This record gives sequence, structure tokens and C-alpha cells, in this order.
Amino acid sequence: MNKLQNFSKGIIKENPVLVLVLGTCPTLATSTSVLNALGMGAAATIVLLCSNIVISALRKVIPDKVRIPCYIVLIAGFVTMVQMLVKAFAPALDKSLGIFLPLIVVNCIILGRAEMFANKNTVIDSAIDAVGMGAGFTLALTLMATIREVFGNGTFLGIEIPGLIDNKISILTMAPGGFFVFGLLIAMVNKFGKHKPKKKEFGCAGCPQAAVCGKPSCSGCDEQKAEVSAK
Amino acid sequence: MTKFIVILLSAVFINNYVLSRFLGICPFLGVSKKLDSATGMSLAVIFVMLMATAATWPIQHFLLVPNDLGYLQTIVFILVIAALVQLVEIVLKRYVPSLHKSLGVYLPLITTNCAVLGVTILNITENYTFLESMVNSLGSGLGFFLAMVMFSGVRSKIEGADIPESFKGLPVTLVAASITSLSFLGFGGVVENMFPL
Repeated sequence: MNKLQNFSKGIIKENPVLVLVLGTCPTLATSTSVLNALGMGAAATIVLLCSNIVISALRKVIPDKVRIPCYIVLIAGFVTMVQMLVKAFAPALDKSLGIFLPLIVVNCIILGRAEMFANKNTVIDSAIDAVGMGAGFTLALTLMATIREVFGNGTFLGIEIPGLIDNKISILTMAPGGFFVFGLLIAMVNKFGKHKPKKKEFGCAGCPQAAVCGKPSCSGCDEQKAEVSAK
Repeated sequence: MTKFIVILLSAVFINNYVLSRFLGICPFLGVSKKLDSATGMSLAVIFVMLMATAATWPIQHFLLVPNDLGYLQTIVFILVIAALVQLVEIVLKRYVPSLHKSLGVYLPLITTNCAVLGVTILNITENYTFLESMVNSLGSGLGFFLAMVMFSGVRSKIEGADIPESFKGLPVTLVAASITSLSFLGFGGVVENMFPL
């Protein structure tokens, strides 16, 4: 796979939000306004880039058995760093993202990429993968936020849209609207998407949350896990 | 006492973790297919939430804050939760095998559940006392339980429905979640009016 494909797969073919359905919690919660979505996307991309680079650089040093705790500590470290930067330079964003900034630690996308990609590939490839995946995450988030903000609030990036501002569907900015728009977007991807991801490619091994995550290809995982733990 | 009731009820109904705060969506969508797995998962979540709060609240207030280490909160909390879950699993396996059999599968998955890390951090940011934090965690857990059990009922109905091809699977589940969460909007303001402070 060449470098360009490596980058672009995160945006369309393997979009972490709309195709792989990872990181649903921040997607639903921070897509109420475009500004929040961009902020969340940027924060997650920075964490993903740093963690992918460091993890792929240390892939031969970290013992296989304790790799997940190691990854979590590394990711938590970068999240703390980003949290402090956001607090210092964008306090308004810190306030509106609230709890979801520290919760980047448990974002499935980041641990998933570490496990699926960074611990098998070189530093440069991992960095490109991280940028692509981060861009895909940000794009999907922004797309969803645009729909919710334009129709739910009648504004785009805070600028009022004539005609829509008087006829807003405020439910879209509330919790039910989040689920609804997300459902519609995934249905649209199912309808028009030509690249169906293969089940094995995004196997559950990549994600510690696999058995409980909403990814359709993982639905069989809880039974498998039950078998494993029964043994 | 009223304060505890208000915290408990608003955590269950108004600020429901899944349906209005968007925490713990992954297990909500993934494990709500069958009623028994939904119950098992939510019981494990309630259990871990209470344990995690009992462990992280003292750490934050007696260890991190006095030593000016507040910025380590995220790292310390996630590690404490991960260690705690492992410990609980080992203890249950050894001493209460029957409980381990029903909850054990779900325990390791809870480590990375954002609802658990979320509740511990929210308890700190809301400036709750220890008892209030425990009540809030219990309420959040119960809210999760309620949402999971309700939703597993909704989903069993969806299974038999005739759905357009592109809506099959996740999209229709999300739309159903949207309607379920709509019903929870109705609880807004109810608790405050029931127990005026």
C-alpha cells in the first residue's frame, strides 16, 4: 500500500466514524455545533498522531503481554498534554467540550489504531495513518455537526442563516437529534458506499471494546468472549 | 436527605448517562440485543462505577490535590479503574464463582467504558462530597441499567420488523435510540419540581 492510499483510506474507505463506527460517544456528544466538532476533531487527531508515532517507535521495546496498559498510559499522557493546552489557549472550547476532552483516553479510535496499525508498522506509516484517521474523524464529526447546527440552530459557525434561523428544528441539537442524524448518515453510507469493509480486516482484535462496541462486524464477539472466559 | 434523592433521581432520569449525556454508547448499542446480556452488563457497570468512585474520590482529594498533582487526574483515574477491574475479576473468580460467571465476561470490557471514567471525573468536577459521589454513581449506574433494559425490549421488536435494506443493523438501532431518548426528554424539570430545595 502506498503512502497516499494509506492516508486516504482513513477519510473515506475506512472512515473511523461512519464506516468502522468507532468513537460513537464523542461523535454524538460534541457534534452539536461545528466549532465543537472541529475542536474535538483537532484534539483527537493530535492525540492520535502523538500516540501512533510513539507506539510505533516503541513497538519493539514494549513487551507483548503488557502492551495495552502501556498504550493506555501513553495515550493518557498525551490527552493530559492536550487538555492543558486547550485549557490555556482555548478556555471556551474547554468549557464546551467538558468531560469529553479527558475522555479521549477511552476513545476506541485511538487505542484501535495503536493496536491495529501502529504496533505493526513503521513510524512514518503510522504517522500518515494517524493523520488520515484523524482527518476522517474530524470530517465525519463536522459533517454531522453541520447538519445539526444548520437545521437545529439556524446557524453555521455561529453565523445566522436567513430563513433557517426562524424555522429551526431545535430537537436536532438535543440528544435524540444526535442519534437520529447519526443513524441517517450511516444509512446513507450503507446505501451509497461502494467499499464495504471486509469483516476480517477490522477484526475485533484491534479494539479492547470490541465485544461491546456497536460495530456490526463485531456482533458475534460477546459469544466468542464468553466461550474464551468459560475455558 | 432531599439532596441525595435529587442527585439520585436526576442521575437516573434527567441526566441519563446513555440517553442524554452520550456516555457508554458502545455497550448500549453493542450489548443491548438480548435482555440477559443487557442486565449482566449493566449490573457489572453499576458495580464497577461504585467501586471506582470509592477508589478515585479519596485519591483525588487526599493524594492528588494536597500534592498539587491535579493534572495527573486522567492518567491516575484510568489506571486505577483498570487495576480495580482486574482485581475485582480475580477476587470474584476465586471467592464468588457464581457471580463471576454472570458478570465476568463484561468486566474486562468495562475498563475502557467511558461511562465509568466519566462518572469518576464528573464527581470531581461537580464538587460532590464522598457520599454524594457514591449516590451519583449509583444513580448513573441505575440510569444505565434502565436505558439498557428498556432498549433491549425495543430492539427485540426491531428484529422482526421489515426495514429498508440500507437501514438494517446499526442505523435503525440509532433511530430507535433517538426515539427512546426522546421519551427521556420528558423528565426534564420533573425532579426539581418534586423536591424543591
